[in-house]
Amino acid sequence: MAESIKNKVAIVGMGCTKFGELWDKSASDLIVEAAYEAYEDAGIEPKDVQAAWFGTLYEFSGMAGLGLTVPLRLQYKPVTRVENMCATGSDALRNACYAVAAGVYDIVLALGVEKLKDQGISGLGMGAFASTGVSPTITAPGMFAMMATKYFARYGLSPDEGKRMLALIPVRSHHNGALNPKAHYQREITIEQVLAAPIVAWPLGIFDCCGMSDGSAAAIVVRAEDAKKFRPDPVYVKALQMCVGPGEGQISTDYDYTHVEETYRAGLAAYAEAGITDPRKEVSMAEVHDCFSITEATIMEDLQFSPRGRVKEDLEAGTFTLEGDLPVQPDGGLKCFGHPIGASGLRMMYEMYLQLQGKAGPRQIKNPQLGLTHNMGGQPSSCTVSCLIVGL
Amino acid sequence: MVGITSYGAYIPLHRLSREEFFRAWGGLALPGERAVANFDEDSVTMATEAAIDCMKGIDPKTVDGLFFATTTSPYREKQCSTIISVALDLGREIRTADFTGSLRAGTIAIASAMDAINAGAAKSIMITAADLRLGAPAGDFEQALGDGGAALLLGEKGVIATIEGSYSISDDFSGVWRSDADTFVRTWEDRMVLDEGYSAVLPEAISGLMKKYNLAPGDFAKVVYDAPTDIRRHPRVAGGLKFDAAQLQDSLFMTVGNTGAALAMMMLVAALEEAKPGDRILFASYGNGADAFVLQVTPEIEKVRDRRGIKNHLASKRVLANYETYVRWRGLITLEAARRPDRSPTSIAGLWRDRRIILGLWGVKCKVCGTPQYAQGAGLGGSTPLRVCVNCQAKDQFEDYRFTDKKAEIFTFTQDNLADTVDPPATITVVDFEGGGRAVFDMTDRDPAEVKVGMPVEMTFRKLYFDRGVHNYFWKTRPLRC
Repeated sequence: MAESIKNKVAIVGMGCTKFGELWDKSASDLIVEAAYEAYEDAGIEPKDVQAAWFGTLYEFSGMAGLGLTVPLRLQYKPVTRVENMCATGSDALRNACYAVAAGVYDIVLALGVEKLKDQGISGLGMGAFASTGVSPTITAPGMFAMMATKYFARYGLSPDEGKRMLALIPVRSHHNGALNPKAHYQREITIEQVLAAPIVAWPLGIFDCCGMSDGSAAAIVVRAEDAKKFRPDPVYVKALQMCVGPGEGQISTDYDYTHVEETYRAGLAAYAEAGITDPRKEVSMAEVHDCFSITEATIMEDLQFSPRGRVKEDLEAGTFTLEGDLPVQPDGGLKCFGHPIGASGLRMMYEMYLQLQGKAGPRQIKNPQLGLTHNMGGQPSSCTVSCLIVGL
Repeated sequence: MVGITSYGAYIPLHRLSREEFFRAWGGLALPGERAVANFDEDSVTMATEAAIDCMKGIDPKTVDGLFFATTTSPYREKQCSTIISVALDLGREIRTADFTGSLRAGTIAIASAMDAINAGAAKSIMITAADLRLGAPAGDFEQALGDGGAALLLGEKGVIATIEGSYSISDDFSGVWRSDADTFVRTWEDRMVLDEGYSAVLPEAISGLMKKYNLAPGDFAKVVYDAPTDIRRHPRVAGGLKFDAAQLQDSLFMTVGNTGAALAMMMLVAALEEAKPGDRILFASYGNGADAFVLQVTPEIEKVRDRRGIKNHLASKRVLANYETYVRWRGLITLEAARRPDRSPTSIAGLWRDRRIILGLWGVKCKVCGTPQYAQGAGLGGSTPLRVCVNCQAKDQFEDYRFTDKKAEIFTFTQDNLADTVDPPATITVVDFEGGGRAVFDMTDRDPAEVKVGMPVEMTFRKLYFDRGVHNYFWKTRPLRC
């Protein structure tokens, strides 16, 4: 009989580099910085790591387990490279947790990294798919912009009303990012700036799109019963759920393009695993996959934080601000902390970890109990979503 | 008797006033406007569009040959009629051939099709012609040329115009030419080229035809032959042969421009659109010699009046804002490259496996739940082919289902400024097809400001991109054309 992961494993150390356009740092630099910060935080030596899961999307950030062992000179350990698009970081952590829960390792490392800014391109590449290449000329912003177009049409928002609603999201994220010394973007912005920004993919403008960054984040995972040997305030895993869709949204007329089924289902499963019945009340805070403003807006509905079609009310009420009922993206999110693909899921967890330990400084949320991370790879119609819940 | 059984044509949506060439370069502005292919069009796509128009209501299985005529084939080594035949869903046991090299490639193909049918080697052959010739910037050709295509179906059943006879001349003359190293059309001193070429050889072929069949100028309702880029020479041939001005078919110079190997056929389609049963038409074409035909219109012509043809395509147009757009679409200047990653190399194996999916826009319909579905390539997170039903997960329970002729409606869209395209923004549409099925396509021939959720669209065959020697053709959505 399958069992829940709840309270079986704990995170006892984490590391995260500053994210940004780190022209003077290589992927190796970032890996070493994140890993050693995590080692130090957990109070362990490199030799204590028994196995590792290494997350990168792009081969230029590191291929195979060697992408991790070589920069760290990790000595003859089992290492798996994990790739699950933008949800790679969460999946590296998920696999590390299951290995510990299986009882075959005591101390493992999950590390994600991406060195996006060595490419010299705008935005994100679409990946070197082995295919004919015969598909529409679309980019990541375009894929998510189509959700905004449909959301506006479905809920009767004029383009101006819709853009104004979405603008509240990056304004909040920039406020939080300004309080975060590791964030890529640390400047406040106004709604007027968001609305006046150049369009990337209509209706999304520059401020509706997250940062393209370099960075790395890492976690040390141990068995729950051992956790307090490492530190007094370990963070326990309450749920590790992942949902990979069959890619029907771009084929089937059933898909509405105003929600992401994978997010909804991953959320349901995570709440069940963690024993949460009223997510809006019980979840203290969340770091979600705000690759674009519209993505965050619809995630709020899919995770049942806001009723369907009514996220606007919560955005306008400030529900998801640091002072609100359910703070979301306290660290600035993908929008401002940045989005080095393979690292992002672990970066989200890093913020939940700091917040639960009361170490989030000026952006500290009052007395959080449960933190949720939501990490999405792909596009609205076809994606993989990880939904992780942690708590004290 | 063998004859034309159907016709179709294609003229790109966009036109450029010849005043714009004058604005750019000074010198002399020729009158009128010319048709300009969109950046995603070429001779193959335009010939396909013309053939689709010609195929309206005709079962593809009844066509056993496809001849493509052009002087601007995208490939030196690779047949293009095969590409078109897959897009049209013609069968495998057919004759395909590309007729190239001569501005009368269209009529050479017609004569060859006629001979094949007369010999009993084929029953029904499609001849589809299109050209996209380039004149060098600041020259006369740039203004005078135009882009477009026409298609004729030849057969013995349901003939709308019988081919009563033909007459051909071969004449070696490099009056207008392009070598294998040339991008732009070359010509010799114009009076010599016309005096010894067009103005001499075309009348020789037309008078030879009339003599052979004992016909006089007064026996024809219309005389249809292509015009050279010096448009003044067009009526002079007719006048010299004692045809009345009223008999002469309009050259499309003022509206489309000289469409090379497709021009004579486009003019013939325009003539057939107006023809009455019983009309006799003289049809000829010049290029390294000349071909001339006697056609006789039959009452069957009334059955093909629903084609978009020339008249409807002419009426459906958008005038380009400026010459710079033309230069950009034709790739005549090097633009700053988009700061986007290089494409993955195109897999020829993948293109071959998916040829019906890509070129024919073939999807499937589940025999268990009845859901039509179209597989998209991996670039969009999809996979081909469809083996498991998206709706009921039945495995391998499909019948073929074609989407090319289905109307669709925009479910959602974006205008993508980040995407690397010749004509930004990339308008991307998610469309739901009438009768079921959804897919994502680039939208073309659109004014970004007119694109709306719920807008009706139709499919059009276009070139998606050229990369490492491969021309990649695919379908796009466009606003309903006409």
